[in-house]
Amino acid sequence: MRVTFTANGKPVEADDVWEGESLLYVLRERVGLPGSKNACEQGECGSCTVYLDDVPVCSCLVAAGQVQDREVRTVEGLADESGLDPVQQAFIDAGAVQCGFCTPGLLVQTHDLLEREPQPSDTDIREALSGNLCRCTGYEKIMDAVRLASARKCQKVGTSE
Amino acid sequence: MSTRTIAGQKNLQDIRTGSKDGIGGSPLRPDGTLKVKGEFAYSSDLWHEDMLWGMALRSPHPRANILSVDISEALKLPGVYAVLTHEDIPGTKFYGLEIQDQPALAIDKVRYHGEAIAIVAADHPETARRAVKKIKVEYEVLTPITTEEQCLNPEVYGYVHEPHEFKSHGSGNICHSQKLVHGGGVTDEIRALADVIVSGDYEVGMQDQAFLGPESGLAVPAEDGGMDLYVATQWLHVDRQQVAPVLGIPEEKLRLTLAGVGGAFGGREDLSMQIHACLLAQRTGKPVKIVYARDESFFGHVHRHPAKMYYEHGATRDGKLVYADARIVLDGGAYASASPAVVGNAASLGHGPYNIPNVRMEAIALYSNNPSCGAMRGFGAVQACFGYETQMDKLAAELGMDPVELRQLNAMAEGDSMPTGQVIDSPAPVAELLQRVKDMPLPPPLDLTNLDVRTLPGALSNTTHGEGVVRGIGYSVGIKNVGFSEGFDDYSTARVRLEVIGGEPVAMVHTAMAEVGQGGITVHAQIARTELGVEQVTIHPANTEVGSAGSTSASRQTYMTGGAVKYAAEAVAQALIAKGRKRYGWTHNDLSLNGGKVVSESAGVLVSMVDLLGDDAIDLTREHHHRPTVPFDKETGQGFGHVQYTFCANRAVVDVDVELGLVKVVELTAAQDVGKALNPLSVVGQIQGGCTQALGLAVMEEIIVKDGKVRNASFTDYLIPTILDVPPIPVDVLELPDPNAPYGLRGVGEAPTVSATPSIVAAIRAATGLALNRVPVRPEHLTGTL
Ligand code: FES
Ligand code: FES
Repeated sequence: MRVTFTANGKPVEADDVWEGESLLYVLRERVGLPGSKNACEQGECGSCTVYLDDVPVCSCLVAAGQVQDREVRTVEGLADESGLDPVQQAFIDAGAVQCGFCTPGLLVQTHDLLEREPQPSDTDIREALSGNLCRCTGYEKIMDAVRLASARKCQKVGTSE
Repeated sequence: MSTRTIAGQKNLQDIRTGSKDGIGGSPLRPDGTLKVKGEFAYSSDLWHEDMLWGMALRSPHPRANILSVDISEALKLPGVYAVLTHEDIPGTKFYGLEIQDQPALAIDKVRYHGEAIAIVAADHPETARRAVKKIKVEYEVLTPITTEEQCLNPEVYGYVHEPHEFKSHGSGNICHSQKLVHGGGVTDEIRALADVIVSGDYEVGMQDQAFLGPESGLAVPAEDGGMDLYVATQWLHVDRQQVAPVLGIPEEKLRLTLAGVGGAFGGREDLSMQIHACLLAQRTGKPVKIVYARDESFFGHVHRHPAKMYYEHGATRDGKLVYADARIVLDGGAYASASPAVVGNAASLGHGPYNIPNVRMEAIALYSNNPSCGAMRGFGAVQACFGYETQMDKLAAELGMDPVELRQLNAMAEGDSMPTGQVIDSPAPVAELLQRVKDMPLPPPLDLTNLDVRTLPGALSNTTHGEGVVRGIGYSVGIKNVGFSEGFDDYSTARVRLEVIGGEPVAMVHTAMAEVGQGGITVHAQIARTELGVEQVTIHPANTEVGSAGSTSASRQTYMTGGAVKYAAEAVAQALIAKGRKRYGWTHNDLSLNGGKVVSESAGVLVSMVDLLGDDAIDLTREHHHRPTVPFDKETGQGFGHVQYTFCANRAVVDVDVELGLVKVVELTAAQDVGKALNPLSVVGQIQGGCTQALGLAVMEEIIVKDGKVRNASFTDYLIPTILDVPPIPVDVLELPDPNAPYGLRGVGEAPTVSATPSIVAAIRAATGLALNRVPVRPEHLTGTL
């Protein structure tokens, strides 16, 4: 089948898609967006998290056909011409990236958290990120990164007002 | 730009400060931006025009004879390009890290659940999956050999490897064994010297590395009849050494390049998909990519050896250890993998960082029809630490002593001797590390009036509002070796090139080191900046065009390949200075490179590196060999077997819901001596990550194997810690230089994984009063429903 949708603001089209293919597979193997990761393909690790119409989902659990005419935003769509999103920069600065395989999913999930709740408590952060496994960092630096991104975003809002 | 001004005293000071992004700083990872943009190419992201997908058929039985394999139906499926069995292998059929006992594809029998029998290449992963299903295998299913009793009685239960095909160091179903006797050993006379004796049987479950990036890679056939392999691994050169003979090609025709690695933790030391992808690419003449799904990953790599241990300690009434006795039985599973090294570590490190006048130890690894076990972070030392640290707590309770004081009373220090006879010739601040974790402020006590249920055991499941929740605190300390031991020369190679690019001196560092996430490439750039006085450093992709860097394991890469980069960079610096002496006739003996210039301590800046280098490049390669070690004596375990030792201490604070058996680790504190923190941010990250894997072993992680079959090969059923399971991990880093090591550094990655597990279990014991002689501790162990 053919699937047409918007990925990171651009229209994309995938041909010869097999019915059993996931959105994750289509993104990674058919439309050249391998940033979303494939650590379990079972909805357990969060490494494949993308926005589907502004809601974070595990793209491995979404059938490709389900995204017809919808909008997908992946980790590749977080930065813009002006540079990295504050969440991305904070992950680098705080040392929250080791192997980085969990990073794309965590970035999308964190981005969503800070959109909804600009100043989350530590427990809010842990709750929001509890579906994203990281095997390398022990999460401490990820906590630091989210706090840092929150602080910087709030500061930015503060100064621009 | 002033290049020849004589700097005043103040300027000299500035010059000598060096780069803030040199060693001791925490510059950002060179791959960080790519990783946060989703543009970093992991091994599973690779793509090639015309590429095929490879997949393996794996045995559903742990032990069976293969009567026949029929691939005809699979071959008929449109889109299938090749189906191969062991009969199609052009070269040697066996491989292995230490003992070549593992067939690349099963030959007439399977020895573990998940062993690969046949491989398929097809144009879509789904086609490959369907083809695999169409391969018909006729098995004669045999009763698997799975228990110690069965393994040790091969006449009754059979051999995992028949004696005639046996290639091991051991005998029967013993893969490897190591004994150790120190002082008077353990005899009735020695036992009689002790006022108090404690003993126990302990057990450690089978843990998985569970790196997130699945095993994957891309094999591309080359025009010269060779192969290019892009792969996630821990050691490119040892992969090449094992793969080339199977393909029947000379090593130099197999070129490996490191693809992005999504974590490793020992699980990529053995081969996984490498041979299979290359065989399929060789046969089809097309590029072949293999990416394991998570369930296949659980079958496709070795795990941490499960262990059964007996420990006995005798002490005087005032707490001085008199003797220690132990027997450690490690289940190595079907193939040897790293079992011999795991046994060596368990035997030599298995009595912990304590001074014990009389010691006896026996460690063995068994062959069985359970999943193969091999390298995982801290191997051999992790299992033993749970045994000896549990014993220390038991002894303290028996003596009515504080458990930290008991440990400190017996703690080894620099100048003391290991039970192997090896004198510890660099700092060993065991007592101090314990004191540091003890002195750290405790988290606020459990306050039932002001609760967020998400912070309690059960967390989001909302299983308690504080009722039945009891707090406990526990301590532990552990020892690990750094580098390969027992006479192994695991040298590292580095190439450093210095030239002018865009009007600036630029250094390039080229090694074959596997960057698996640990941050080794960041450190290499830091070392080059420090040694060469430049700011711009590029890291060449890791490949087999340069000499071996050894394995990214055993906490060794910063020591070994970091050391090689240091020596190569120093050689480049010397060559540049020699060039200047020749050109300008300098006679100063106080020259160094700093801030892009050649600087004299007494005379200031002499020349800019840009002017001195001109169009020339200096390009030098150096090898770093650590000081030699020797194998342990087989019977006595004596010998200078290890390169370096490393120590970590922990304090765990836990809340236990004693009614439901749920545990919440509230805080896990670590203190570790790292000799010199080349990159403090990464050092802390390593310690926190290492502690977290130990937490997983303490309360969550185990591969459940029943009658040789794996029951939980998924992230649904094999649980690793989430951000809700992991507490704050305050880290106290000590820097006591080791005079034998580059920059005085001490390997970092493994010690916390060794030491942290027992502290968590000790804290649970303190909360519950239960004995808890097995990890992981599960709810049923705490509620008595087992
Ligand atoms: S890959 Fe989708 S949740 Fe793991
Ligand atoms: S950084 Fe490796 S899994 Fe998170």
